Amino acid sequence: MRDIFWLIPFIPALSTLVLVLFGSKLPKKYVSWQACLSVFASFIIALISFISLLKTPPENYPLVKSLFTWISAGSFNADLSFQFDPLSAVMALVVTGVGFLIHVYSVGYMAQDKGYTRYFTYLNLFTFAMLILVLASNMILMFVGWEGVGLCSYLLIGFWFEKHSAASAGKKAFIVNRIGDAGFILGILFIFLAVGSSEFTAVNKAISGGLITQSLATLAAILLFVGAAGKSAQLPLYVWLPDAMEGPTPVSALIHAATMVTAGVYMVARMNLLFTFSGTAGNIVALVGALTAIFAATMALTQNDIKRVLAYSTISHLGYMFIGCGVGAYAAGIFHLYTHAFFKSLLFLAAGSVMHALSGELDMRKMGGLRKYLPWTYPTFLIGAIAISGVPFLSGFFSKDAILTQAYAQGQYFIWALGLAGAILTAFYMFRLIFLTFHGAERLNPEAKHHLHESPKVMTIPLAILAFFSVIAGYIGLPVVLGKKANLFQNFLEPVIKPASEGHLSMSMEWTLILISVVVALLGIYIAYVFYLKKPAIPHDIVRRFPSIYKLLYNKYYVDEIYNAVIVNPLVKGSEIVYDHFDLAVIDGAINGSASATGFFGRILSTLQTGFVKDYALVFLLGAVIILGILLF
Amino acid sequence: MIPTSYFFILSIILFVLGIIAFFIKRDLITQFMAVEIMLNAANLAFIALAKSHHFVDAQVIVFFIITVAAAEAVIGLAIILLIFRQKKSIKSQDIRSMKG
Repeated sequence: MRDIFWLIPFIPALSTLVLVLFGSKLPKKYVSWQACLSVFASFIIALISFISLLKTPPENYPLVKSLFTWISAGSFNADLSFQFDPLSAVMALVVTGVGFLIHVYSVGYMAQDKGYTRYFTYLNLFTFAMLILVLASNMILMFVGWEGVGLCSYLLIGFWFEKHSAASAGKKAFIVNRIGDAGFILGILFIFLAVGSSEFTAVNKAISGGLITQSLATLAAILLFVGAAGKSAQLPLYVWLPDAMEGPTPVSALIHAATMVTAGVYMVARMNLLFTFSGTAGNIVALVGALTAIFAATMALTQNDIKRVLAYSTISHLGYMFIGCGVGAYAAGIFHLYTHAFFKSLLFLAAGSVMHALSGELDMRKMGGLRKYLPWTYPTFLIGAIAISGVPFLSGFFSKDAILTQAYAQGQYFIWALGLAGAILTAFYMFRLIFLTFHGAERLNPEAKHHLHESPKVMTIPLAILAFFSVIAGYIGLPVVLGKKANLFQNFLEPVIKPASEGHLSMSMEWTLILISVVVALLGIYIAYVFYLKKPAIPHDIVRRFPSIYKLLYNKYYVDEIYNAVIVNPLVKGSEIVYDHFDLAVIDGAINGSASATGFFGRILSTLQTGFVKDYALVFLLGAVIILGILLF
Repeated sequence: MIPTSYFFILSIILFVLGIIAFFIKRDLITQFMAVEIMLNAANLAFIALAKSHHFVDAQVIVFFIITVAAAEAVIGLAIILLIFRQKKSIKSQDIRSMKG
C-alpha cells in the first residue's frame, strides 16, 4: 500500500489515451464521467498515500518507487521513478483535488462547445503531466513533466485556435516559456556535472556533504530560477500569463492560477537546500518575487477585463510565494501556494460563472449590480476576494501573513515593505472588482440582461466547495506565535524543508506585524469602497489629475510594447534579413547550384549518346580491340 | 586430321564477317544474324580447343552459349517485331527516341 503513489499520474494518462483513441466515437456524457472520475480516482489514491505517509516515520522519507531505467548512456543515468514525501503529497493533493473540482465545473462550462472531447483530453493530459512533475524523483523526469504542462498550457490557451488572438497568445506562452526552460535545463546539467546524478536525494546529499562549491551552487540555482520565473510568470518573463486568459476560463483556473504556474515555486522549494546553500540566489529570488508582487499589483489596478485583473493578481501572488522561498521560509511559500490554489481557482471559476451568465462579457464597465441575479456566484466570489485580501480568519490571511512575518524576521525590511504595499493593492483591486461587478448601478447591455441566468448546479457546487476550503484551508498553518505546534503545515513539511533559522522576533513584535497586515487589508477594502461605491467621482478625478500615471498603468508600463520593440521586432527583422540573404542566397543557392552543375555536365556528356546502335557497337569494338592489344603486347 | 589452327582461321573469318555485316547492314534482322554469326564463331573456337586439348569445360561453355543464344533470339525477334509494329520500320537508325 505504501508504494501505490506511483499510480497517481497514470490514471489520468490512461483516460487521455482512451479519449485520444476513441474520443470522437464516445458520447459526451461518457467523456465527462470518465475525465472527472479518472482525476477523482487519482485524488483518492493521493489521499491514501498521504495517510500512509503520515504513518511512516520521517527517517524513511522520501518513499521512492523506481519503475525502470529510462535513459542509460555512459555515466548519464535517469530512472523513471517517483518519490513521495510531504512536499509532493501537498502538491499531488492540490493538483488532483482542485483539478477534480475544475473538471466537474468544466462539464457545465464547456457543455455547448464543439471541442468538448478535445478539451477533456487536454485537461486529462495536463493532469498527468503535472503529476509527473510533482512526483518525479529526479530532475530529468521532472523536466518531462515541466515540458508536458507547458505543452498542455499551449494547447489549452490556443483551444479556440480559430480566434487569432488565442492562437498567438498560445504561441507567446510557449516561446516565453522556452526562454525559461533553457535556463532550467542548463541548471540541471550543471548540477548533474557536479553531482553525477539528477536524483533529488543524491543532489541533497551532495549539497549537505559539501561536494558543490558555493559559486557553482549559485550559478545552478540562478539558472533554475530562470526556469521558475518563466513557468511561474515572474519578472521579466511574466508577459505571457495575462495573454493566457484567451483560453477557456476553467483552464485559467486550473493551469494559470492553481497548478502549473506554481510549478516554479514547487521546484525552488524542492531544491531548497541548494538555494539556502547559495545564499545569493535566495536573495535574488526574494527580490524578484517582491518586485513582481508590487509591479503586477499596480498593473491590476486599472484593468477593466475581469480575467486580466485576476491574471495580474496571480502574478503578484506568485511573487509572494517567491518572497517566502527567497527569505528561506519555504514552508510559508508552499503554504501560500496551497491556500492560493483554492481561492484563486475559486475566483477564476466564479468569474467564469459571471461570463457564463452574461453570454461571454468580460468588461467590468458593462456589468454592475449583478449581486441579485447571481445568488451563488456572488457570495462565493466575495469569499474568494476576502480570502485573497488577507482579512483575518480566512486562509489567505494566514499564508500571506506567514510570508511577510518571515521576511521581516529575516531582516529583509525592504522586501517586507514591498510585500505590504502589494497587500494593500491586492485588497483594493479585488474589491474594485467586486464593487464594479456585483454592486452599484447596472450597466448591462439589454441583450445580455435578457439572457442573464445563474449557472447550473454542476458549476455552482464546485464553487461552493472551493469557497468552503478558501475559508478553512488556513487553519492547518496557524501563526507560530500561537504556540510551537500551531503550524501543523510547517511541521509536516519539515523533513523536506529545513525551517528558516529562527528570526528573533518578540511576541509583541509578531502581534504588531499581524495587526499591521490586518489594518492594511481592511484599509485597501475601505479605499475601494470609497472609490467605487460611495464617491464614484474620485477615480475619475484621480485619472484627470495624473493622466500620465494612469496611462502608464493602463498600458501596463508598455512592457509588451518595449519587448516588441527591443526583442521581438529586431528578431523578426533580423530573421527576414537572414532569410533573404542567407537562406535564399547561400543555402538555396548552394542546393540549386549543385543541381544545375549536375545538369550542365549531364548535357555535355549526353552528346556522346547519338542514339545510333552502330555508334555504340563501334565503341564496343574499339574497346575490345584496345583490350586485346593490351593483352597481346 | 585437320590441324586446329585451320579451325581458328575459320573462326576468325566468321567473326570478322559478322562484324562487317553488323556495321554495313541497316536492318535489324540482318544485324541480328550478324551477331549470331559472331557467337557461332566463338563457339567454333571453343570446340576446336576442346578437341585438341581435351577440355570438357569448353564443351560445357559451348552448350551454355547455344542456350543463351536461343533465348536471346526469341526475345530479340519479339522486340524487333514490336518495334516494327510501332514504327513500321526496322532500320536501326530510325530507333533513337530514347536518346538522352
